[in-house]
Amino acid sequence: MSTDDVHLSWNVIFDIQQLFAYHFMQNAFSAGMLVALMAGVVGYFMVLRGQSFAGHTMSSVGFAGATGVSLLGWSPIFGLLLSCTVAAIGIGFLSDRRHQTAMGNGVAVGTIQTFFLGLGILFIQLSHSYTENIYAVLFGSVLGISDRDVELTIVTTVVTLAGVIAIARPLLFTSIDPDVADARGVPVRLLDYVFSILLGFTVAQSVQVVGVLLIFGLLVTPAAIAVQITASPYLAIGISILLALLFTCIGLSVAYFTPCPVGFLITGLAFGTYILVRLFKFGQIQLLK
Amino acid sequence: MNLISSIYTMLNLDFMGYAFLAGTVVAIMAGLVGYFIILRNLVFATEALGHVTFTGALGAAVLGVDPVFGLFGATTLVAILIGMLGTKVRTNDVVVGTVLAWVLGLGALFLNIYTSQSSGANGTFGVKYLFGSLLGLQAREVQQIAIAGLGVIIVLLAIARPLLFASLDPDVAVVRGVPVGGLNVVFLILVALGLAASVPSVGSLLNSALLITPAAIAQRLVSRPFVALFLSAFLALTFTWLGLTIGFYTSYPISFIISTLAFITYVLVFTWQKLLG
Repeated sequence: MSTDDVHLSWNVIFDIQQLFAYHFMQNAFSAGMLVALMAGVVGYFMVLRGQSFAGHTMSSVGFAGATGVSLLGWSPIFGLLLSCTVAAIGIGFLSDRRHQTAMGNGVAVGTIQTFFLGLGILFIQLSHSYTENIYAVLFGSVLGISDRDVELTIVTTVVTLAGVIAIARPLLFTSIDPDVADARGVPVRLLDYVFSILLGFTVAQSVQVVGVLLIFGLLVTPAAIAVQITASPYLAIGISILLALLFTCIGLSVAYFTPCPVGFLITGLAFGTYILVRLFKFGQIQLLK
Repeated sequence: MNLISSIYTMLNLDFMGYAFLAGTVVAIMAGLVGYFIILRNLVFATEALGHVTFTGALGAAVLGVDPVFGLFGATTLVAILIGMLGTKVRTNDVVVGTVLAWVLGLGALFLNIYTSQSSGANGTFGVKYLFGSLLGLQAREVQQIAIAGLGVIIVLLAIARPLLFASLDPDVAVVRGVPVGGLNVVFLILVALGLAASVPSVGSLLNSALLITPAAIAQRLVSRPFVALFLSAFLALTFTWLGLTIGFYTSYPISFIISTLAFITYVLVFTWQKLLG
């Protein structure tokens, strides 16, 4: 995405001025930070509940939704929201009762995912869309974030965060010990559905910034690192948000000055940090022995 | 309308013959391997391996090597790595997810480098690996699919009994002297080869479709392992043949038809069983 007239210099202030010189970069940063904020929060619960596969599936499902509604000429975000909600309900239906959390059920998640990917392929063929459009949905296109997209992202971020905050305590309870929560009268199944839909919402936003394939990196890795660092839930959520924001900002900035794609930078940074934290913890344990 | 003569006409077309040949091998292989994937709780790990095929193929293309090497090489390498990690790590969905996210990011980078290296005509290269095409197979690709696929089927059938034992009750299997660790690695290599072999036909996004859904249906219908194993292969084959035939006469994409047929069957079986209680 680097533009030819942009060069990195030793003058940091000048560099930052350059970074925000174009309107599209301002939009990219606003949307990216909002997505990171949501991904940090929702990702923590996803990791805690062992639903990474479900999160990954939501992104594949989102692909079908985005390509589907673009056939009708609507904004991809509506398709994403719709398809993710339908998939969340479908996975819940297809799960056995003996699985406490429906989304942790690999088979139900896997079958839904392959079905929606098949649908996505159908929509691509029907729309005769160019390869660039497919790549934009899969890998994101930071250049194309309009003011309206940013506004939409603000609205959905507020809704998603409000939803998470509203159910945070019971959700934490069912995530950590579903059996006891069930016995205490917490509506485990309902929370399952609500959380899956929130997960879908988060994935849905991210399409413009990192694309459906890579939002998953922003969801899972910062949260996985946070869980490694601390056992306290609220602290972990904080760390997860902070890391997601950090990776996104660095990713966007570096991508502006180099030809590297944003998605690669974000996932690469996150994965590198994860490995370092794991190695550090491993070393600590060895020393304690 | 003469059914037999229309089938004859369909198969007489070169590309349909290729598609049926490759589809048959891939389906039988996927049905057999898929049964063990579900039994061993490796659905997510398989999904992750499936995406390694994309990154591997594009990585090789960036280096100027034949993508086939990247496809098989990278996937097998990752499979061996996963196999060497313990069961706890292998089924830990956070670890699998973290690695998967990184692999996808790497794929994005390779795609970016590759498309900026080569001129416009190759823009569809990545899409070809993402989605595959049963109808666009070359003779050479069919050959590769057939060799790799038959190899996987033969080895899997040869180790089926001990593998089943090790999957159902690893602790007892170890005591009885079954090489559980070795079987783990061999099985994951088979999964990797199977995934890599099916990429040209169904693509790296959907190469787990035939692996998971038919096996899931078979497991719901019968509980006897070997019956379920062969039922899974039979179902995968049926979906593929139906998908190819319907795809030939309509213009819908074949992978869409196959995954939809499989999904509808799964939902019907599931609902029927739920209603019966």
